[in-house]
Amino acid sequence: MSADFPLLSLTIWLPIIGGLWVIFAGSRVHDGAVRNDALLISVATFLVSLLLWQGFDNGTADMQFVERLAWIPAFGIEYYVGADGIALPLILLTTFITPLVVLAGWVVIKDRLSLYMGSFLLLEGMMIGVFSALDAILFYVFWEAMLIPMFLIIGIWGGPRRVYATIKFFLYTFMGSVLMLVALLYIYFQGGSFAIPAMHDVTLTLTEQQWIFIAFLLAFGVKIPMWPVHTWLPDAHVEAPTGGSVVLAAIMLKLGGYGFLRFSLPIAPDASMSFDWLMIALSLIAVVYIGFVALVQQDMKKLIAYSSISHMGFVTLGFFIAFQVAAGSGSWDAAATGIEGGMIQMISHGFISGAMFLCVGVMYDRVHSREIADYGGVANTMPVFAAFMMLFAMANAGLPGTSGFVGEFLVILTAFKANVWYAVLAAMTLILGAAYTLWMYKRVIFGAIGNNAVAQLADVDAREKLILAVLAATVLLFGIWPAPLFDMMHASVEQLVSHIAQSKLP
Amino acid sequence: MGTLCLIIVLAPLVGALLAGLFGRQIGRAGAHWVTSGAVGLSFLLSALVFWRIVVGDAPTYNENLYTWLSTGGIDFHVGFLVDELSATMMVVVTFVSWMVHIYTIGYMHEDPGYQRFFSYISLFTFSMLMLVMSNNFLQLFFGWEAVGLVSYLLIGFWFTRDTAIYANLKAFLVNRVGDFGFLLGIACVLMYFGSLDYQSVFAAAPAHADTTISIIDGHEWSLLTVICLLLFVGAMGKSAQWPLHVWLPDSMEGPTPISALIHAATMVTAGIFMVARMSPLFEMSTTALSVVLIIGAITAFFMGLLGLVQNDIKRVVAYSTLSQLGYMTVALGASAYAAAIFHLFTHAFFKALLFLAAGSVIIGMHHEQDMRKMGGLKRYMPVTYWTSLIGSLALIGFPGFAGFFSKDAIIEAVHLSHIPGSGIAYAAVLSGVFVTALYSFRLVFLVFHGEERMDHHTKEHLHESPKVVTVPLIALAVPSVLAGALFVGAMLFGDYFGGSIVVSAEHDVLGELGHHYHGVFGMITHGLLQPPFWLAMGGVFAAWYCYMKRPDIPRRAAESMSLVYRILLDKYGFDRFNDWFFAGGARSAGRALWRGGDVALIDGLIVNGSARAIGWWAGIIRHVQSGYLYHYAFAMILGLLLLLGLFVHGVIA
Repeated sequence: MSADFPLLSLTIWLPIIGGLWVIFAGSRVHDGAVRNDALLISVATFLVSLLLWQGFDNGTADMQFVERLAWIPAFGIEYYVGADGIALPLILLTTFITPLVVLAGWVVIKDRLSLYMGSFLLLEGMMIGVFSALDAILFYVFWEAMLIPMFLIIGIWGGPRRVYATIKFFLYTFMGSVLMLVALLYIYFQGGSFAIPAMHDVTLTLTEQQWIFIAFLLAFGVKIPMWPVHTWLPDAHVEAPTGGSVVLAAIMLKLGGYGFLRFSLPIAPDASMSFDWLMIALSLIAVVYIGFVALVQQDMKKLIAYSSISHMGFVTLGFFIAFQVAAGSGSWDAAATGIEGGMIQMISHGFISGAMFLCVGVMYDRVHSREIADYGGVANTMPVFAAFMMLFAMANAGLPGTSGFVGEFLVILTAFKANVWYAVLAAMTLILGAAYTLWMYKRVIFGAIGNNAVAQLADVDAREKLILAVLAATVLLFGIWPAPLFDMMHASVEQLVSHIAQSKLP
Repeated sequence: MGTLCLIIVLAPLVGALLAGLFGRQIGRAGAHWVTSGAVGLSFLLSALVFWRIVVGDAPTYNENLYTWLSTGGIDFHVGFLVDELSATMMVVVTFVSWMVHIYTIGYMHEDPGYQRFFSYISLFTFSMLMLVMSNNFLQLFFGWEAVGLVSYLLIGFWFTRDTAIYANLKAFLVNRVGDFGFLLGIACVLMYFGSLDYQSVFAAAPAHADTTISIIDGHEWSLLTVICLLLFVGAMGKSAQWPLHVWLPDSMEGPTPISALIHAATMVTAGIFMVARMSPLFEMSTTALSVVLIIGAITAFFMGLLGLVQNDIKRVVAYSTLSQLGYMTVALGASAYAAAIFHLFTHAFFKALLFLAAGSVIIGMHHEQDMRKMGGLKRYMPVTYWTSLIGSLALIGFPGFAGFFSKDAIIEAVHLSHIPGSGIAYAAVLSGVFVTALYSFRLVFLVFHGEERMDHHTKEHLHESPKVVTVPLIALAVPSVLAGALFVGAMLFGDYFGGSIVVSAEHDVLGELGHHYHGVFGMITHGLLQPPFWLAMGGVFAAWYCYMKRPDIPRRAAESMSLVYRILLDKYGFDRFNDWFFAGGARSAGRALWRGGDVALIDGLIVNGSARAIGWWAGIIRHVQSGYLYHYAFAMILGLLLLLGLFVHGVIA
């Protein structure tokens, strides 16, 4: 394939155009065709993204697959996309998860199927757009547009309190992103360009950086989400259909983490350093406080949602201990480990939380309840399912050999270098994570058959087995051999680290 | 050597995968053939490795297999270190595992989860081998957690039983508490040594002898003490040392072969192995050794006492295991690492034997485990009886049997040790000998001798267990007798361990002991004159007197010392305290943070509160837009007047 073939654009626009086609043509064809089309488009997108991986050069930190066209020349706004070692893993995660989500809604969704499938495809394209946009306005457009399909997914196919949940979700994220737009405009007026790489080089005073940092923090902190702006997530998850929860947990949360790496840290490194105590404190609160909160949840989805927040605490912790680690050890190498640990935590959490929500979905489709108390002894009637869920539960508890271990391990190792107590608090997850995950597993899966509904459960069918097996293989593969992901990230993370090591004060 | 190691490790994994994923296709027989075959192969090859390394003086094998990942200039590897220490562990693990595989064919043959069971125990063998063969801390932690996982799965094997799924969760969480310390220890190693490979860490350790670390401001602690104590917390979890011992007795909810393999012979000794492996680090911190010594002594003595009041046959053996693990820990604390590993080695055989014999009794008794309902089984189950007796004699350290050599060495080593706390430890291990003999022979007499207390139906069906059960018993009885005499000279006093265990000159109690060692028979005759022997005999006699001659004594003793008895029955109250404080406390904290923090404060006050505030404000503002033209006109006039006033007074120019 020639070098100037717009492969990245294809990955963005194939699902968007495909999604629109599914929505508008879908009402005229039967549901079977809609499903097939949606699966075909999502798998094709995944294959295209594999070509990206195949053509990606691990050796350079430069943006690759760059496409740059004028869009609104009057303001210097461009259609400018590209991917580096930070964006590509997340793009691959997106294209990997989406076919599974399409499959998860295969027979379950009966109402307005074409709109459902189309929304997910649109969402996929827009999320890839966010990860590849190198123009701030393009980024912002994708960032906001993404809310619409998600809003529809929760609002139409959600549970009984979906209206409360969608409005909360929308207001929270919208509040944050409006401030982000203000910050982006401010940087544009200072630096004269909307190109994100150019923004990285704009000189800003500490006060300017701090205001910008806070604006970004609200946008990305809500998305990831960080304590105390996290309460939209459990509500959104509880009300969202399974597919919505999967995309939300597996991919959308990562947009926040990506934002910190692409905007906050490189644009406002001095502010990041001055606020790192705050970020570390909030991260550790997420790990410990939310761990305790997860323990007492009665609703499985809420429990996994809280578990996600707790796991995301490791992401922000890994990113923002960088300054103290570098100060303590005198070298930025270890700081890179923390950032890579946070990155791998994002990827791995994508697989594991997605799998956990799918597992809850499998049970919900049969029993129509998410309450832990409505189950008990599922292993008796669904042994294969129980085995899969065991693996994912262990991965969620960070068992070595699963991908869930890698990120937590590296972040704890790095946190120790910053401050022993950070590591002590972060390592609490070893106990808390195991406690809330396995206690739920015990009450739901183990035990004698709890009630009549459980007694009549049928084990996973071929479709469900396929979805879970693909995720299980991935979780194990990256647990046993995470090196390829690291090789992909190294150059870009190193460049990021050397960038944030330089003060940008005038 | 590399290929050999790979086969040893991977064969059980392949067996586990075949039995686990294709259990239905290969059937029950297929599952046990493929798994026992694979583990048997592992054992034979391990024996070959053992032969080459220990007997044939092949060089230590230390190679990386692949790079797990590299980041921040550090490479994390997966690789093998095969020296005298790991070769010994490999042989023990694969041999006991193989025996347990064969035994399982008989023990589990009616169980619907047959294939699953074989898959788990093979997976365990794989994990345990990864642990002992590791050449770095990362892979050690891998194996460490993986054996914990399999232990969790196997304790909860009968997952419909409430007690089993309570016990397995408890086991996993208590172990995670240990792992919490272990992981921080690893983080500390990486921070100061810049590597997780044993070789480079051990090589750099002397340079850090005087390094201090400040965890609480103003307090400088020795780096190596901190590292060793953190690592030892991990060992306390895995090897069930007080106060993290609480999970092991409950783990007896798992099927008996598991109690033998995992919760007696192999997994629980991982902590002992780990500390021995880390001997170059522990040797540099007398403080850490002292802590190890005292924790071990507490475990050895107080857990043994609990064995006296248990009536469940497996629980007696379980408390005995706790106590024996305490002995090993004491040996580690006294710098007698070789004695600890030697006791681990002999204990693996006789304790696996005792568990499997208990299992044989349980089969014979139709899954009755209460010793008060047994008695006189000697007549019905001769093979089980004789092998149990051998196991018990080995356990109490009867001269000539395997346990004698290892336990005597530990007691003597502690006696010679100058590590702070060794005096108390000596008293504990010495009086522990009496306790061990008492509970062991209480079991023997209650189960095999005396009045037949079982019901009529059970008695009619009593018979010796099938060959697949008795053959492993006999196969384990042989090393329970011989392993001590055969290896004592080399393992304790020879150059058996080579460079794999490091002991500094001022701690070298075994070296000192070696001066008095004049062959196996000398040790036996010497042993006959020493206090441990007479204490053991006293224990046996007391057991005979109390449970055969005068069965009213134990009851009367329980009544007259009812407080002590109740404390023992209550297991010193640890379970109640943990349930109340940790489990209950965590749930209360969770509820308080959730209801108080998330629901009331964040959602109630801030999120919905600001929504309400906006609503309230909008409700007031709404009145302004009344729709009446004269209201608007009036507002305009007011505004105009206001502006005019401000203009006149020069506030706005």
